[in-house]
Amino acid sequence: MSLAVNCRNLKKRYGDVVAVDGLSFSVSRGECFGLLGPNGAGKTTTIEILEGLLTPDDGEVDVLGLRWKTHEHELRQRLGIQLQETQFTDKLTVEETLRLFRSFYDRGPTVSDLLARVELEAKRRSWVVKLSGGQKQRLSIACALAGAPDLLFLDEPTTGLDPQSRRQLWSIMGRFRENGGTVLLTTHYMDEAQTLCDRVAIVNRGRVIAMDTPQALIASFGTPTRVVHEGTLEDVFMSLTGRQLRED
Amino acid sequence: MKTEATGRLASTEPRASSGTYHPLVELTLARLREFLREPEAIFWTFFFPIVMSVMMAIAFPAGAARPVRVAVERSSAAIEPSSATGARDTLKASLTAERHIVVRDIPPGDELRALRNGEVDLIVVASHPPTYRFDPTRDESRLARLVVDEALKRATGRPDPWQANDETIAIPGSRYVDWLLPGIIALGVMNNGLWSIAFVTVQARLKKLLKRLAASPMRKRDFLMAPIVARLVFLAPEVGIPLAFGALVLGTPIRGGLASLGIVAVLGALAFGSLGLLIASRVRTFEAINGLMNLATVPMWVLSGVFFSATNFPGWAQPVIQALPLTALVDAMRGVVLEGATLVDLRGELATLATWAVVPFAIALRIFRWR
Ligand SMILES: Nc1ncnc2c1ncn2[C@@H]1O[C@H](COP(=O)(O)OP(=O)(O)OP(=O)(O)O)[C@@H](O)[C@H]1O
Ligand SMILES: [Mg+2]
Repeated sequence: MSLAVNCRNLKKRYGDVVAVDGLSFSVSRGECFGLLGPNGAGKTTTIEILEGLLTPDDGEVDVLGLRWKTHEHELRQRLGIQLQETQFTDKLTVEETLRLFRSFYDRGPTVSDLLARVELEAKRRSWVVKLSGGQKQRLSIACALAGAPDLLFLDEPTTGLDPQSRRQLWSIMGRFRENGGTVLLTTHYMDEAQTLCDRVAIVNRGRVIAMDTPQALIASFGTPTRVVHEGTLEDVFMSLTGRQLRED
Repeated sequence: MKTEATGRLASTEPRASSGTYHPLVELTLARLREFLREPEAIFWTFFFPIVMSVMMAIAFPAGAARPVRVAVERSSAAIEPSSATGARDTLKASLTAERHIVVRDIPPGDELRALRNGEVDLIVVASHPPTYRFDPTRDESRLARLVVDEALKRATGRPDPWQANDETIAIPGSRYVDWLLPGIIALGVMNNGLWSIAFVTVQARLKKLLKRLAASPMRKRDFLMAPIVARLVFLAPEVGIPLAFGALVLGTPIRGGLASLGIVAVLGALAFGSLGLLIASRVRTFEAINGLMNLATVPMWVLSGVFFSATNFPGWAQPVIQALPLTALVDAMRGVVLEGATLVDLRGELATLATWAVVPFAIALRIFRWR
């Protein structure tokens, strides 16, 4: 099976801070892969290297079997990208924003189709500035879907959303995957990773410290001795990355 | 729905049927919509030139020659205060009778202040013979001295050696206000071009929108060209409104062709759009863009001959001054409006503007910071 993403030994430093420190993993086509890790672990840096927005200091990246250096335009046509902190233009409507993004791609769904997929038809004539957090996030996903991508990068797509909005996003992703799409996402919600991801990598201080299916990771940790609840991915995460907050 | 049943690839359609235009058109439309939904921006673009023109109309009423304004001061040399006051009143009366002289009532002791702040052009001290107090570096003061002296001599009965025949003709377009108007329009093209483009660019960078766009297959050139193209849409009213105001209210003649004027304005807008992009190409804060913008525009306000002729600056500075885009635009506008210059006459200015339209854009495209 061909790989959607394959990265080997990625390194990126900002001055004294080593953001990514020899990170390797691969994602198969059709898979949903999760990058988990505490704040500052290097998830965004990693995903932006894969998206061709940052150049790594070291290491190699293949995306859809192509290299950024030689196939940038083709890759951009085939990737859907949602960044952690984009704000769209306040005074454009949802529909206008989607039209704009749709115009960049050679092929893809129509604007009405995109609106339907993220259930924003009722808001098509609202200004972006007037949308709720969940609606903004759905617009962001719709923009990522505008070119009918083969691979979707989602950086914390559900952070700050209420449970209903999160589930709505999950079903959008589910639909994308049913049609053969590959997803690489980061999240701080362990239940989300457990529900959505075929495999996860837990990243700490720029390194992968564990990588497997959520079930295997939970199993490898053993059932908690005092069975209050079944083991969850959250248990695995907490004991691997420690309970203290990251101040740095 | 068809698309959901048949899957991802089947639901994709080429651009022609997606209902969207070329990216450059969509980017330009987005820019225009954003602008039209920003009331302040509209105000500054369209009403500022009108306000400016109205103020000019008030300051320089059509057809009236400005009289010279004087203050009359009591002589302190006289021994008797009452005779000094009498001499002052006589002198005042003979000056007031003159058509081209206005005698301002300045409280005694305040005359120098009035001269300093331009309320009067000349102080006439009622001594015998009269004393004139003025600053010879001010043209209007020297003129006032000549007019007053002539009037007073005539009042004392000096015989005129002759009575010259004055042939007064009104030459449209030779007044200061006529000269000023094209400069003000050029200034508007510069300010609107630089500010609208730079501000929006920095804002998009702060919102990480630039990064998101760079992550899409959008061509960078399209993005950078869009705000400049959008500027051209508003250029006609921006230049046309103050020009029409000048022609209809102030009586400024428009001697050149409108097509030439249009080409000059478009080249000017392209030049400043391109410069605005370059200025904003790497900046990440509004403070920094303010500073850079002032650094770029303030010298041109002074040097480029908007308010007074650029020829006032020494010869060694001229090559630099003539190379500035505002100088080229001001000169070309004046050439078309006041002298009826053709595009061939203006080839030097047009070449300068074209260079400013191309070079900063090319540099901006290379060094532009998308994050
Ligand atoms: N542009 C930058 N300049 C300097 N340091 C940076 C920069 N971007 C990231 N870093 C540092 O690199 C490290 C990794 O950051 P990154 O944003 O990749 O973490 P993350 O895992 O995405 O965190 P979060 O969960 O908070 O989004 C952090 O220590 C961060 O401070
Ligand atoms: Mg992050």
